[in-house]
Amino acid sequence: MSLHLLGTSLVAPMASGEGEGFHAPTPEEFYWPIFGSGDWTFTRPMAVFGLSVILISWALIALTKKAAIVPGKGQWLVEQAYDFVRNGLARDIIGSKEFLRFVPLLFSLFVVILVNNLFGIIPPIQYPTMSRIAFPIALTLVVYVVYHIAGMRKKGVGHYLTGMIPKGLPKPIYVLMIPLEYAQFFLIRPLTLALRLFGNMFAGHMLLLLFVMGGEYMLLHGGIGLKITSIGSFAMALIFTAFEALIQFLQAYIFTLLAATYISDAISEEH
Amino acid sequence: MHLTGLAPLVGLVAETEGTPGGDPVAGRMPILPLYGELIFGLIAFGILYFVIAKKVVPNLEKAYAARAAAIEGGMAQAEEAQAAAEAAKAQYEAQLKEARTEATQIREDARVQGSAIVAEMRGQAQAEATRITEAAHRQIEAERSQAATQLRGEVGRLSTDLASKIVGESLHDQARQTGIVDRFLAELESGNLTAQKVDS
Repeated sequence: MSLHLLGTSLVAPMASGEGEGFHAPTPEEFYWPIFGSGDWTFTRPMAVFGLSVILISWALIALTKKAAIVPGKGQWLVEQAYDFVRNGLARDIIGSKEFLRFVPLLFSLFVVILVNNLFGIIPPIQYPTMSRIAFPIALTLVVYVVYHIAGMRKKGVGHYLTGMIPKGLPKPIYVLMIPLEYAQFFLIRPLTLALRLFGNMFAGHMLLLLFVMGGEYMLLHGGIGLKITSIGSFAMALIFTAFEALIQFLQAYIFTLLAATYISDAISEEH
Repeated sequence: MHLTGLAPLVGLVAETEGTPGGDPVAGRMPILPLYGELIFGLIAFGILYFVIAKKVVPNLEKAYAARAAAIEGGMAQAEEAQAAAEAAKAQYEAQLKEARTEATQIREDARVQGSAIVAEMRGQAQAEATRITEAAHRQIEAERSQAATQLRGEVGRLSTDLASKIVGESLHDQARQTGIVDRFLAELESGNLTAQKVDS
């Protein structure tokens, strides 16, 4: 993997020929096949995602193997993340009675999203996997299936479905309420969950691409004035890289938080 | 790698230029998934979930439980130590209190004993004084009676001597001699001394 996306952009203006003018980054920049074709192409984000799973599994097993009472540095670090998800999210949102069986799922979601997001700014990779919608959809699918099944198993299918509609409202309101609530539970929640993560990563990476590619183009092809202006463009790229780091953490947190909230809504008695 | 990396870009350029070519999925809308990636994502996440649920979370929970147990054990120990310390303190205080009452008792006793001693001493001194006074009285009495007896003899002899000189006759040999002197002395003592003719 000698070439990464930002590397591509360095080559891009030259490859597309001198004198053709600046090509702004497009969504196609994110499609990056390695081999195969069509829907069954093995793409770079797949490789990155696979790598992240291997890295996370290895690191987590290695760091928690001892399960020491007085943790070492590594175990302490893992415990901070685990604590954050277990007590800060799962227990607070789902409630101390049932949260424990959802902790592995929420923790997996949190670390896999966090690591893949951070890959977006970590130099040898610099590709946020979640900017390919297939991955947020895959994760959302898991959450979607889990919260519906958890709700149905706890309350029974019929009670689960009727329980989504708030009771005690004036009759005419229900004409509006029933479609809205079902749309909420079955369409809007999964859609927004996947799209929010995808959109943030996609847009953030696009922005970085724009600043870096623009800066490069100005530096390589512009006159002296544009060459100086390119400094500003690179500086913006740096600032936005720091900003991205924050967004990447935040999105991992929000995805996990919402997953916990949906699970909690599905299994809680009231509503 | 170089070429595959450029593939999308070439595709993009080709598309914008209106010449069809490159991978057909390259130009797919970014919000539509590539099914290969979707399935790969599901499987990879499944593997990660399996690893975390079977290995990582149990390990961490085990550490948590062990830690909680250790902390609880430590707390129990501390509680025990505190209880022991409290017992020792209570014992201390009891001892202190006991010592204090004892001291008070001793002081009280000493006071009582002291006053008793003083009273006894006073009694003894009193008795001694009485005894000495008594003895002195007795001695004085004895001396007085001795003096009186002696005086009586003297006075008798002097008066008879005197009377003999006056009367010119010796009364010494008089058998009544004693009676006269005695009467004289008795009158002298009683204070009604009257002139009396001495019978011849």
